[in-house]
This record gives sequence, structure tokens and C-alpha cells, in this order.
Amino acid sequence: MSEPTARTAFHFHTCWELPEMLGRRAFDERELLEHLEEVPLDSIYFHTHSSCLRQRGVPGVYPNDFATWAAIQVRDRVLGEKLGIIDPHEYADLESLRAEVVSLIDDHLAQLRSVPRIMFGFGEPFYFMQSRVLEIPTGVKVRTLREFRDALTTIDSGAVYLHLVEARGRKGRRRSDFAAWVDEQLKLPDLAARMGRLNPFQQSLEDIRRRLVTLADEALDRA
Amino acid sequence: MSEAVPTLEDYRDVAPPGTVELLRRLSERVRGRRVLHVSTSGKVGGVAEILRRLVPLLEEAGVDAGWESLDGEEAAPQVAVRLHTALQGDEERMPPETFDDFRTFTRARAASLELTADVVVTHDVLPAALVDARPPEGAWVWRCHLDVSRPQRRAWTFLRQFVVKFDAAVFSLPSFAQRLPIPQFLVYPSIDPLSDKNRDLAPSEIDAILAQLGVPRDKPILLQVARFDRFKDPLGVIDAYRLVKRQHDCRLVLVGGAESDDPGGVELSADVREAASHDPDLHVLELPAHARREVNALQRAATIVFQKSTREGFGLGVAEAMWKSKPVIGGFAGGITAQVIYDVTGYTVNSVEGAAFRARQLLADPELCARLGAAGREHVRQNFLITRQLGDELALMATLLR
Repeated sequence: MSEPTARTAFHFHTCWELPEMLGRRAFDERELLEHLEEVPLDSIYFHTHSSCLRQRGVPGVYPNDFATWAAIQVRDRVLGEKLGIIDPHEYADLESLRAEVVSLIDDHLAQLRSVPRIMFGFGEPFYFMQSRVLEIPTGVKVRTLREFRDALTTIDSGAVYLHLVEARGRKGRRRSDFAAWVDEQLKLPDLAARMGRLNPFQQSLEDIRRRLVTLADEALDRA
Repeated sequence: MSEAVPTLEDYRDVAPPGTVELLRRLSERVRGRRVLHVSTSGKVGGVAEILRRLVPLLEEAGVDAGWESLDGEEAAPQVAVRLHTALQGDEERMPPETFDDFRTFTRARAASLELTADVVVTHDVLPAALVDARPPEGAWVWRCHLDVSRPQRRAWTFLRQFVVKFDAAVFSLPSFAQRLPIPQFLVYPSIDPLSDKNRDLAPSEIDAILAQLGVPRDKPILLQVARFDRFKDPLGVIDAYRLVKRQHDCRLVLVGGAESDDPGGVELSADVREAASHDPDLHVLELPAHARREVNALQRAATIVFQKSTREGFGLGVAEAMWKSKPVIGGFAGGITAQVIYDVTGYTVNSVEGAAFRARQLLADPELCARLGAAGREHVRQNFLITRQLGDELALMATLLR
């Protein structure tokens, strides 16, 4: 039986992130909260969604910068854990995500008698950032699952980020570009569902790339 | 002997998969556009070392890249050196009249330079003043390589009047950012994996170099490579080594040295040598700046690498060690915290005891050493290789020329 061929090819794009500093910094959790209420949404996005782009090969302690700062720099493990569980894809938009982070910190501070802060000389302040993300066509176009699988082994992990995280986080799509294409073009809903369960906030982008290849291989073996 | 300059293709096997193609695609955004880098010196110093590698790669990527320096027959005014020192927070007297020397010198040099380009990048202090001679076309970027997290106010206020006339500034760490009305981008420094300091060495080559340096390989080696100044804390490393030595037989190798015009460093160097004189397992090596292969071999032979600074700029020695798959125990300072992921690629510590504890833990657990070392190499591959810096430079150009 011949392999399903897509009517519309999948065009792999990748990206390059140029980080930009906002000149705002927080030395304690109250300051973190106050800045969080004011910073541009791009900054919320940078410290949550695109954290995985900066941990593409080696995942950090927590999948977002707020949790990592609380746990490592302030040594407030409780707040680190509470923020670490946040999955950015569970929120309808960035304002909802901002509201969740702010209320979580506010609730945490309400239970404490003093505001946790970095110890002078033993912790780094939180530096608020945002970034310019340049989307770049790779020139790689595929029509079959085998071509898709082979392309995944050669593209850079920025492409995984773009089609998995930016597609949902910035472009507001319901699911990743990979899952959507496999479902709509190759008519492989089971594979699409498996791909849709891959979470870039629990695994590194390199792990996800490997997992995508494995899922495609398994589907090809079954065909 | 000078090293051969690698081509982009040479990085294919060491950079993350797809990087070379990505850089070629990214460069299409700025192909044929002209970028001009201006540094204080074209021969010596870290900036010249970076540009010597970066400019040919930019050209290979299709950018019309140029590089000018302010080296001339007349010496740069003393105020440039003083400003440089004061911007990094050290005590330096800044008499008001010396600022005039700074302006006079840069005005004269500006007249002899062709400063027309799509993007002009001036590096550090002295070339910043060229912005007063900027033509109406082109975007201007101030690239600051210095640790300006705690500058002397008088020095920064003087320099700031030039910086605000740029279209953007670029710093090496978030903590170096300032209150400025222009965009401030973050570009980490990088290491070149194909340079003599970082390229792969054959085991026999490593053995030969260590034998030449008089460092036996009969027991685990703890290593710190850093000049002898109090902020690098070599005496703290010796204290940590002694605590480790109570439980683990090992050697400590300190590679450093002091500048002859730094009395504090010379005194510290003597203290380090004194400490080493009673211990055959403690080696103090003063190597010349060109001994890159020797440093490479020592890093590869080490079991653990320290960078126990109490104050640090970026500290690229950390990335060099991690590239060689070594766990790093670093001080909680400067760029070390940006490079070491705690318990993933190494440990940041705040005390002698902390450094000793982590070293004991690592020596007792070779699997932990291997896990941290492997993660460190991957972390450097993704974030601290020259290919990433090349991409940042191209992205910066593309962003400014949009």
C-alpha cells in the first residue's frame, strides 16, 4: 500500500530569538509581583513559553523563569513549586496567564509574615526580558510521513519550538502545527493525538524532537 | 604561530544539528548589507580576539563586514584606561580636564575613518564617542563587553551622553543593563570549539602536555584557570582542596599568574606559591597567554574544574570546561550563574565549605560527574558556541534593518 501523501506540503520554519532587556529588576517577591502587573505581555511570554527555547538541550530546574528564580535565587521552594506547575498552554491568552501568576504570588505572600527576598551577595535579582523572534523558512517541504520523519532528524530544535510552542502560544492555534498537519493532511488522527500530548514544558526540545521521530517510526512500522 | 580561521562548514559537526543551514538562511535577511565593527585595538585584547573569528564568518555568510580599530601612531589617552577601570567599579580618580582628551582623540580618529555602513557596531569605551560623527544613514550599536553592573557614577554619566545617541546597546549579561532610552539586547560571549584552546586533543597529546608541565595523572585533578587576583579567590580554592584532601586523594592545579603592575596580584601570587611549596600535590603554573593548548589539555585531564570567583565578568572559562564535559563548581558571581545550571551542569557555591562539599560529592560519584559533564557540553553546544554568537549578530542586524 502506498504511503499517504499530503495535498498541502508541510513547510518547516525555524526561528532565532534575540533577547532584549527591559531594565526592570526585582529583588524580592513583592517587587516581582509589582513588575509582573506592569511589564509588556511579551515579557510574560518570554519568561514562560519561550523558556524552553533557552533550555532546548538541557532542561532547567523548572520550566519557567519565575519558578526557577523563586526556588534557586530566593530559595523559596514553596513558591518555586507552585509556579513550576504552571503550564502556559492551559491559559486562553497571555493576560489570563499573567493574572494566574500574579494571584498565585499574591496568595503565597498573604500567608507569610515577611516578603522573601534574595540575600545580598547570594542571589541574583530577577531581570525582566522580552525578545524579538525572527521566523525563518528552512526551505524544507515534506508531503509524506517518511519525509516528515527524515526532516525532523536534520532541522534545528528552533523549528520544533516554532511549530509546537509559538503555534499555540503566540499564534493562538488550538494544537501544534505538527499534530494539525498529520491529522488534516495525512489523515492519521491517532498519531496526531500522540504528538499533541508532547509537552515542551516537561521535556527539552531535543527530547521532543527525538520523541516525534520515534512516534513517526512506530506509525510507519504499523502501516 | 597563528591559528587557521575556520569556515562555517567546519562547525557542522560541533554545532547543534541544523545550525549551519539555519545561519545561512538567517543571513539571507542581511545579505549584501554592510556592517562595520570598530574596536579600540585591532591586535590585542578579548574584543580583537572575538572579531578576528567573527568578521570572516560574517563575510562568509554574505555580509559585507568591515573592521576598523583606533590603533594609531599616537597612544590612546590615559582617560580611556581610567574610564574602563572606573566603569567596572574600581576606584579611579577622574579629573574633569581628562574628559577633554577623550573627546579630542576620538574626534581626530573619527575624521580619518570611513564610518558609513548599514550597521555600525562600536565596541566598549573609546570608540563609543565616534557616535558624535555618525552620518545620517545607518543604525548604530554600542557593544559593551565590560561588567558595568556597578560603575562609578561619574564615569558612567560621562559615557552615557554618547550611549544614548546610539540606536541600540548590547550587553553580555542582564545585570549589566542600564537605565537607557534605547533597546538593550543581550548577547552572551562565546567560545570557539575549533580554536587551540577548545579543539579535541588526542589522549597521547594530553599525556605529553601534562608530562611536560610536570603534572602526574596518578590521581584525580582539581583545576582552576584564572589570574591571581582576590576576586578569583585562589586561596579559597586551596582551602577547599585541603578539605577535600582529608577524604579523597587528589591534586590541585592552579593555572594563573599576576600582572607585574598589580601589587595585590603579585602579593597573592606569592601567597599561593607559599601554600604550594609544602604540598607536592598542589601545582601552581604560570603560563603565558599563548599557552592555549596547555590550558586545553589541563581542562581535559581534570576531573572537576573550579571557577570559584567572588566577582566575575562573564567567566568564559566555565564554558570552556563544560565543553570538555567537566562538572564545574563556580562561585556565585557574574556570568558563572548564567552558565552553570545548578545540579544539572555543576554547582554554584557561596563558600569554601560549599566548594569542598560539592567536590567531595563529585569525586565519590563518577556517574554524577559524567551526568553533569555531559549536560554541560550540551548546554555549551546550544548556548555558548561562536555559531550562536554569529546568529545573534545576524539577528541583530536583521532586527535593526527591518
